[in-house]
Amino acid sequence: MEVIERLFSEIMKKERSIGAFLSLDIEGALKQIEEAERCGGALSGIPLGIKDNIAVKGQPLTCASKMLMSHKASYDATVIERLRKSGAWFIGKTNMDEFAMGGSTENSAFQNTRNPVDLDYVPGGSSGGSAAAVAAGMVPGALGSDTGGSIRQPAAYCGIVGLKPTYGRVSRYGLVAFASSFDQIGPMTQTVEECEQIFSVIAGADEKDPTCDGADYQIQKQKTDFSTLRVGVVSEIEKMGIAPSVLAAYQKLVEEFREVGAIVEEVDFLLPSEAVSVYYVLSSAEASSNLGRFDGIRYGIKGEGASVEEEMRASRAAGFGLEVKRRVLFGTHVLSAGYQDQVYKKAQRYRATLKNRMKELFSSHDLFLMPTTPTPAFRLGEHSDDPMGMYLEDAFTVPASLTGIPALSIPYGKSELGLPIGMQIMAAHGQEETIFQAVKGLESKNGIFGRRDQDV
Amino acid sequence: MYDIVIGLEIHVEMKTKTKLFCGCSTEFGAAPNTQVCPVCLGLPGTLPQVNKEAISLAIRAGGVFGSTIQPISQFSRKNYMYPDLPKAYQITQYQEPICTGGGVEVMREGERVMIQLERIHIEEDPGKLMHPEYEFYSLADYNRSGIPLIEIVTKPDLRSPEEAVEFLKALRTQLDFAGISDCRMDQGSMRCDANISLKEPGTEVLGTRVEIKNINSFREVQKALEKEVKRQSDLLRFGEGDKIVQETRKWDAGKGRTIPMRSKEDAEDYRFFDDPDLPVIQLTQDQIEAAQADLPTETAIQRRERFQSSYGLSEEEATKLTEDAVLARLMDQAGEGHVDPRKVATWILTEGLRLYRSGEGFRVDAVTLLDLMETVESGELSHSAAKQVFEYVWEKGGSVVDAIQFLGLKQNSDQDELTILIAKIMAENPQAVLEIKAGNGKAFGFLMGAVMKQTRGTANPKIAKSLIEAELEKTK
Repeated sequence: MEVIERLFSEIMKKERSIGAFLSLDIEGALKQIEEAERCGGALSGIPLGIKDNIAVKGQPLTCASKMLMSHKASYDATVIERLRKSGAWFIGKTNMDEFAMGGSTENSAFQNTRNPVDLDYVPGGSSGGSAAAVAAGMVPGALGSDTGGSIRQPAAYCGIVGLKPTYGRVSRYGLVAFASSFDQIGPMTQTVEECEQIFSVIAGADEKDPTCDGADYQIQKQKTDFSTLRVGVVSEIEKMGIAPSVLAAYQKLVEEFREVGAIVEEVDFLLPSEAVSVYYVLSSAEASSNLGRFDGIRYGIKGEGASVEEEMRASRAAGFGLEVKRRVLFGTHVLSAGYQDQVYKKAQRYRATLKNRMKELFSSHDLFLMPTTPTPAFRLGEHSDDPMGMYLEDAFTVPASLTGIPALSIPYGKSELGLPIGMQIMAAHGQEETIFQAVKGLESKNGIFGRRDQDV
Repeated sequence: MYDIVIGLEIHVEMKTKTKLFCGCSTEFGAAPNTQVCPVCLGLPGTLPQVNKEAISLAIRAGGVFGSTIQPISQFSRKNYMYPDLPKAYQITQYQEPICTGGGVEVMREGERVMIQLERIHIEEDPGKLMHPEYEFYSLADYNRSGIPLIEIVTKPDLRSPEEAVEFLKALRTQLDFAGISDCRMDQGSMRCDANISLKEPGTEVLGTRVEIKNINSFREVQKALEKEVKRQSDLLRFGEGDKIVQETRKWDAGKGRTIPMRSKEDAEDYRFFDDPDLPVIQLTQDQIEAAQADLPTETAIQRRERFQSSYGLSEEEATKLTEDAVLARLMDQAGEGHVDPRKVATWILTEGLRLYRSGEGFRVDAVTLLDLMETVESGELSHSAAKQVFEYVWEKGGSVVDAIQFLGLKQNSDQDELTILIAKIMAENPQAVLEIKAGNGKAFGFLMGAVMKQTRGTANPKIAKSLIEAELEKTK
């Protein structure tokens, strides 16, 4: 008991200034810990933070939305089931942008989360609560979900490690759907090693998710011989208008790969300016359908009205925040008759083309490097009235989302203001192994990512 | 007179043990919301898992009607918000259905005509709403939510309401025989919407098409279509053809008329798109062949003709028996076991049909029916006693022997006992005896009836008859 009290009081001390959690399972903790210890698996006794769009039986599942303010999960997500069996337990549910739509966690209906590195800055989003909780040392690890960058971008902003797995390698069963053909659950941790460990528990096919047919994952050995590793880097990245500190970090990472003997080649992967638009068309279309079920009839807040239709309208008007409404409306529009062919289907064709280009890229390369974001974290409120500015922060993360490939964001350097910078390492579909081998190889030579800054 | 053009959309519930996308039971009649789980309730975070049995039954249905089975088909989402639809979209097949083409034969003016099918696709049923009278609320039951259906869409090939009904009956028996569906319209496991338009004879230009929904029995199909034909032809005849608008009308069985539901302008935009939660359905030739193994090949018309030729039945008898797979199957089973299949047909179509219409299936099997017929033919039971046994077995089950025992209906051939009874009856009815002597045959029947009544039908009629005659001799 004492241990639990001490644990929660430590968390509460930090929580007051950071606001990473929407709920903490103080009451259930003891029982959870006892069960976890009985399991004695690879993560025995490890407390994790879980993004509040992933179902943990008996705990709230709000998606940071007023709509689901009092909703509790009646079942465990597949990832939760697997983590339980490996001995982990779940300390609480972390804050996020409402229904995972956003990049700062400011779209939470309940509270802001602050970046532990500098409290004036956002932690990124949508998995901002998970990122902040890990960065502040409140939990050793957390789960996030990534649709267009929602694990990688907050990991980069908070200076931690975050993996968006290959689409179909981690089960989505129990993840409240935002955009079903993009969503993936992934680990967020302070180190690459911890990230890999959690990933090895949650990866693998699940019959409850027919789109999840990926292979199980075994912990990889670090790469020692880089001489055959072909690394693609973005040609003329300096022309892309990214922050100087981010550009410098990128060039440094490229240099690091060169130094260990990897074959570094510039890839003429023109960052397609349409990618962000295509991502918003497709993800909003799917969201408009996925969020239809929140009508106030069976659960969630219930509006008043003279007819069923009015009641539903009132429930949705009151339950959803501005950004969610914006995307549901946009998504409904692009799927409607007359626009579907012009917009939605065109975007789908673009996605197919991009997938082919990505396949081509990885036919001659093992890894592809990109910054995670064009700039470090911004201040709270900075993009509040500027959704487009917020959307453009996704330019480097959406390519992996559109094509379903795995991408790991590692903390790599700091900006002039001391804010963390993230670098993204991508591989071909289903090749998380290659990413972890290489990254662990670099760590064994040059130090652990995320801990190097303190060393300097 | 105008030519009638009808196309049907039939929803049929497939006979799977579990729902289309989860493991919940499909049993009919359970208490509301007892056959539900997070998946069919559409709880946040849940995902569908395809029931392989449903895919295989849909392939089988394609086999029954000679459709082409598509090697690749796809589930789509049909988006609309209604309280009976917990995900706010129905998972269905839109641009890529599992079966295309095929057909069902019907008779038109003595000729066999093939009614072509457009497609057969798989979809899930929504839940069911109930609106209690005098209350300001509705209730939702999600037991039906996720029940697997196939939707069979015909081309506009049907030419009359009767033909539409004949088509539906043929379709139903074929689905039932192939083990795909029970097709119980009364339990909602078969539902029908109709598209109907009229055209001037000899022209190719179709009139405006009207869709009729909410038709719940074969009789209603015919009534609803006849009523709509009349409504449209009246409007055309009086030069008011422009009042026929493209719309959906609802059949009101109580009032016996169709009423407007929504016009084309109000038609909802369902925003169909491929369901990203479900990979495409890819079928190999082996899978298709396995699903179509032991498929009955006989069509409804062929079966009717066989019943006429091999069992010596009239067209009417054969039609009645083959309109319903349960009756047809029973006829085949019992007919094979009897020297005179016509007698079997008579039993099924008189005593059997009367009780069967009450709606709980045919509760006497072929073996029991043959046992019962045997007791009559051997003289053990009178016909009227046999009817009582039939009803008893129907109600309570068990064997014919036990039923006879329980009802105390063993035929009474005890001459002494019957003689005493007959003497007593004659003594009580001197008027009848006098009339017989005066040559009134009906009076004899009256005495026989009295004997049968007092023995509850157990008196052996032949013996009773000869004993009455003997008693009459004595009084001469």
